[in-house]
Amino acid sequence: MLVPIEWIKDYVNIDNISIDKYCESMVMSGSNLETYETFGEDIENIVVGKVISVEKHPNADKLAVCAVDVGRQEPLQVITGAPNVEADAYFPVALDGARIPGPIHGKEKENGGTVIKSGEIRGLASEGMFCSCEELGFGASVVPVAAKEGIWRLEGEYTPGQNIVDALELDVCTIEFEITPNRPDCLSMLGMATETAATFGKKKQLPDTACEEKGTGTASDYVSVEIKRTDLCKRYTARVITDIEVKQSPWWLQKRLMFAGMRPINNIVDITNFVMLEYGQPLHAFDINTVEDKKIIVDAAPSGSKFTTLDGKERILDGDVLMINDTKKPIGIAGIMGGLNSEIEETTKTVILESANFLGDSIRASSKRLGLRTEASSRYEKGIDPNLCEQAADRVCRLIEILGAGNVVKGSVDIYPNIEEAKPHDVRVSRMNAIIGTELTRNQMADILESLEMNVEGDGEIMRVTPPTVRQDLEMEIDFAEEIARIYGYYRLPDTLPKMNTVSKVSESWELRDITRRCMSAMGLNEIQTYSFVSPASVGKIRVPEGSWEYNTLKLLNPLGEDTSAMRTVLTPNMLEVLGRNYSRSIISARAYEIGNVFKSNPSDRENALPQESLSISIGLYGEGESFLTLKGIIEELFETLGLAEAKFVAENNYGAYHPGRCARIFVEGKYVGIMGEIHPEVAEEYDLPKRCYSAELLFGEIEKLSDTEKLYSQIPKFPAVVRDIALVVDEETAVGEIKEAVIQAGGGILESIELFDIYRGAQIGESKKSLAFSLTYRSHEKTLTDGEVQIEHAQILKALSDRYNAVLREM
Amino acid sequence: MQNKLNEILEQARADLSVASSIEETEAIRIKNLGKKGLITDILRSMGKLSHEEKKTLGQAANTAREEVEALINKKFKEVKENALNKKLSLEKIDVTEPGVRKTIGTPHIITITTQEIVNVFRSMGYSVIEGPEVDTVHYNFDALNAPKAHPSRDMSDTFYFSEDILLRTHTSPMEVRIMENMKPPIKAIVPGRCFRYDTPDATHSPMFHQVEGLVIDEGITMADLKGTLATFARLMFGEDTKINFRPHHFPFTEPSAEVDVSCFKCKGKGCNICKGSGWIEILGCGMTHPNVYRHGGVDPEKYTGFAFGMGVERVALLKYEIDDIRLLYENDMRFINQFK
Repeated sequence: MLVPIEWIKDYVNIDNISIDKYCESMVMSGSNLETYETFGEDIENIVVGKVISVEKHPNADKLAVCAVDVGRQEPLQVITGAPNVEADAYFPVALDGARIPGPIHGKEKENGGTVIKSGEIRGLASEGMFCSCEELGFGASVVPVAAKEGIWRLEGEYTPGQNIVDALELDVCTIEFEITPNRPDCLSMLGMATETAATFGKKKQLPDTACEEKGTGTASDYVSVEIKRTDLCKRYTARVITDIEVKQSPWWLQKRLMFAGMRPINNIVDITNFVMLEYGQPLHAFDINTVEDKKIIVDAAPSGSKFTTLDGKERILDGDVLMINDTKKPIGIAGIMGGLNSEIEETTKTVILESANFLGDSIRASSKRLGLRTEASSRYEKGIDPNLCEQAADRVCRLIEILGAGNVVKGSVDIYPNIEEAKPHDVRVSRMNAIIGTELTRNQMADILESLEMNVEGDGEIMRVTPPTVRQDLEMEIDFAEEIARIYGYYRLPDTLPKMNTVSKVSESWELRDITRRCMSAMGLNEIQTYSFVSPASVGKIRVPEGSWEYNTLKLLNPLGEDTSAMRTVLTPNMLEVLGRNYSRSIISARAYEIGNVFKSNPSDRENALPQESLSISIGLYGEGESFLTLKGIIEELFETLGLAEAKFVAENNYGAYHPGRCARIFVEGKYVGIMGEIHPEVAEEYDLPKRCYSAELLFGEIEKLSDTEKLYSQIPKFPAVVRDIALVVDEETAVGEIKEAVIQAGGGILESIELFDIYRGAQIGESKKSLAFSLTYRSHEKTLTDGEVQIEHAQILKALSDRYNAVLREM
Repeated sequence: MQNKLNEILEQARADLSVASSIEETEAIRIKNLGKKGLITDILRSMGKLSHEEKKTLGQAANTAREEVEALINKKFKEVKENALNKKLSLEKIDVTEPGVRKTIGTPHIITITTQEIVNVFRSMGYSVIEGPEVDTVHYNFDALNAPKAHPSRDMSDTFYFSEDILLRTHTSPMEVRIMENMKPPIKAIVPGRCFRYDTPDATHSPMFHQVEGLVIDEGITMADLKGTLATFARLMFGEDTKINFRPHHFPFTEPSAEVDVSCFKCKGKGCNICKGSGWIEILGCGMTHPNVYRHGGVDPEKYTGFAFGMGVERVALLKYEIDDIRLLYENDMRFINQFK
């Protein structure tokens, strides 16, 4: 909320507090703000000018040559195209070398303002420039209705040549407070004044609401009110003002509105807006002549009916929209916007002033449905104290009297079926200290609460605290702890630590992810993080057959877009997208992994069942030197680091994402833990990947179950090993893994390991054959093996191989 | 005989002075001291001499042999050293050629930052607990005392799967879940992904990460909260970091606060990172609302405690001076590699 500091000064004396100190202290007592701005800092050399004469430019039809009194001996010659220039009127005039803060002639606003020089326009010297309201730096949304077109004609009498900043008192300092949703009472100058008074230990002065009431008769002679929907309207106060003279507001009033962010319109509307800003209570004035039977009926609109609001737009009223009606027709949308049919016009003589309280939830719902949010509706939405209706109405009446804009009729018509009274709360002194961590006395607490206009009764441990009804946020004892703490000063609390003996624990999964990341980093893989939501088409993009479980995605009702509308069931599409993006940016090689949750709709019929979330790891590689085997090596190394038993890689020729001849499903201790392979060329093309690209997706949950990270020392061998190399020619179809297993099976206790060290294919050994070279290591833990002992076992292995695989042995 | 010895000595010295290789030196050794060497011969011929002659000449011959030996050894040392030096000089390389690197990878910057935050709290005795990304309206809003009409519940703020199931908008839903599963004293930290209905731009991401903290025990006060966060700030951002602990509002804490830390770039002088203020807003916190305790089955009269939550992206962006949050999720290897 925009708060011109001078407005606060109407109620609280803070003259000797600097603006910086004010802001700092307000932040520390709970009224947060970003910064403040002093208007007029970019204005230089702009003065009040009185136009002496206006003549047509000899060389241009649309230009005028003006003689302007700027307090010098000789009048200034100013050429202007403004249609509203007029003799004897006052305008802001930028002199030669002036700095103008706002945008000039439709150009962008410049930082620090634009400097202008005198010049020549169509052959005649122009020694200055008349300024519009916007050129002086006001935002387009606050320019008074009367000053929207052309240059800014100043109302009232001024001394020509006076600096415009001094003449209009424009050096206003405005603070933008950030009001939290629990404090709608602070969406008003009086609310901020209360906070100011409490923060600085000052007293707050209330505005003048004592009306003279010179109008004829009493309000009930003019108007009657009926609330049909007491569930949506808590109170309706109507006052009547006669002999209205609709005109422009005096400058001080316009200025207040403009600096608080509202556009001056005319005196009656401006006063209701002023009081809304002052009290936080929206008000509305109806021309009594437009109100049929002089009766106000508060009722919901028939669904589907149409209504034209003040802004000239026709709106369709669906649902439970609360309306202000007369006996024949609606005249306003309650709490949101008045109707065009009851607008105040220059001819208006008598008005009904509405100061009402509508239910916040109802206004919010209607405002949302209509797509219409106004200063009034945004205040009602957050909840307003119904006890403000009367004061605010009185204040409007008093201001009308002060401005001489009409005669206030005695009394009001006030329908307030359920009066809301201030409720007391029991607040324990010890509880407050226990929460805040202070040792404040009852008196200190009571002083603070009283400074916030609360009434504190009783004595001893329990304070009976009655907050003013505007403080609708104070609902229970705990709420008073914040009031006491913030005015006492959070910054004054000591820095202590909880006196607890706790040890830090983490889940096994967390620890294993840590190990995984360390292992991956060491192997040169970078971790990526991608969105948990994906395009539902991504599963198809990696050629997963339709109907497969990967399609069983959880879908958002309100996604940002189709691309982020379904929770991912696998990580691989995201990985491929990232690799593709990198490749397309000419990054020649990449090694990446992601550890993240995947989501499966819960199969149970139970309503509100959450999906199953489980962790997956995806790995992706491309670039020179990468192959199926480098990927497999990464997985093997990772598994060993995580303490998994040796994995089995089983060829898979039918998983769409992968090359049918270069894909394996991975098993550990017979459990399926993931899949890996070379990306299928069609998928690679889809993702703009290089021709050879490798990826894997591992089920982290399964890996976690199989992992055993406990390490035990095993003795480093004392006796030498005997190594025998063999080479055997087998059919191309025979898998290395199979042979390895056969060797291990055939070997006895002394075969320590078997390693493949070469594969040879060539004419010498024939077509569809390959020669596999293995190193077999024999060792005993008890003694040095003799040749004979090794030979017995070695021969046994060779025999098994030749029996089983028809393997031809080649001598090494 | 003595003359002959002198001659041999003389000759050996001359030979050695011109020898420049191991081979030449070896030849001189063989010529003089080898099995058939000149000095060996003389020594061998000693047997034929008289006792007196043996005594004088033997001494002279031995002296000559020792001298030649010493000279040859010295020469050997010299030529070996020369040979090595020559070999080494031939092996000279250009040390400015690039090194052969085995590059390591790195965790994602969000992981790095999360772990930094988590490790600070782990050092203070907090346990790490994680929760689901998809959660219920109950845990995300209702149990956290969020008013029914709170704007954050709108479909324009929160992603929904149904009326009751959503993508969590903060890590706070874990507060009540933890209370349901653990008995006080509780000291926990909850890192995780969160989601809000924000179109991605330089400063917004529909997915982001938070770290939530939660302490429940008897006698926990707001001063403990302030002290905890001041300690965190020092450990996380440097020993001289100050905090600004100021009032704010959250439905699930009462009293509530926001915390700024003194800018860790300019040390509070004012710079572009802190927008000249010297302070950086870093987290929201407060004393957990009794209504939240009631939802979690914790007696608010017996136990008090606090909760806090901070955005990991915010810390990462500020700390590493990253000007666009989208870079975090583009996963360009050139970006990720910078944080190795």
